[in-house]
Amino acid sequence: MREIQALIVDDSSVMRKIVERSLRQAGLDALVVIEAGSGVEGLEALKAKRVDLILSDINMPAMDGLEFVRQLRSQRLAEGVPVVMITTESSEEHVRQAIEAGAMGYIRKPFTADQVKQKVLSLLPAA
Amino acid sequence: MTLTLRDSAHLVSDPENLTSSVQEVFEMMLGIACQPVQGNEVEDGIGVAESVTAVVGFGGILSGACVIRCDEASARQIASRMTGMEFEALDDVVKDAIGEICNMVAGAWKSKVPELAANCGLSVPAVITGRDYNLHMQSPEFKVGHLYSCGKSRLEVAVVCDELL
Repeated sequence: MREIQALIVDDSSVMRKIVERSLRQAGLDALVVIEAGSGVEGLEALKAKRVDLILSDINMPAMDGLEFVRQLRSQRLAEGVPVVMITTESSEEHVRQAIEAGAMGYIRKPFTADQVKQKVLSLLPAA
Repeated sequence: MTLTLRDSAHLVSDPENLTSSVQEVFEMMLGIACQPVQGNEVEDGIGVAESVTAVVGFGGILSGACVIRCDEASARQIASRMTGMEFEALDDVVKDAIGEICNMVAGAWKSKVPELAANCGLSVPAVITGRDYNLHMQSPEFKVGHLYSCGKSRLEVAVVCDELL
């Protein structure tokens, strides 16, 4: 089974755990999770480690999720790696901003594990 | 053209929108049903028992906040349900969990009003714990809120807003 390294960026440790649990329920058993509490921490993590998948909140202190995605794309960190925003912000405008920033998927909180599974599996290359 | 909430005032003040938001969050994130407790509107003030209050502010076209308040035992039960962990104290993880519940209820509630979804931002959650305290909001124009029963937990959820523009 191919190992998947996922970066989960959220200022809530509880939400990071719930997202991780959802990924495992999606069948990603060979999963290595890297956690970051802000966009700044997320960028630092990406400078140190290679990842296959990034899931990020939007509303965070220090650096929000949209700016985090803009920065990682402009700095060419994690090139080609799918980024999924997981956020309470659900308007078409927020989705448009996320896609423009470089996100490839969008999940609104609250979410089910099945929603995470469908989105993530649609973005990860087949093993 | 100036954006206004006047035409959506009935949606903003509709208690059913708040209830469906609370139910959506608890069913999807905790896997439990949540029902309004009949005849128990949210009162100002709080008792002397240890309690947790989470606040997420609204900014932009609407100025106000979503407030969730519950006792310590309910907060620990909700956090336990979210994380699969047991909590014997009101620690940072429990506070984080209640803050996130408040964040998701606020987001779900504003998504039900089209003008709010795109033009109202959410603050990061603030969580207050302690006993015998009051939360004062400056002259809110209206308040919609209710007491809910979710499994063994009970919690008050309210949205308070300034004048609708």
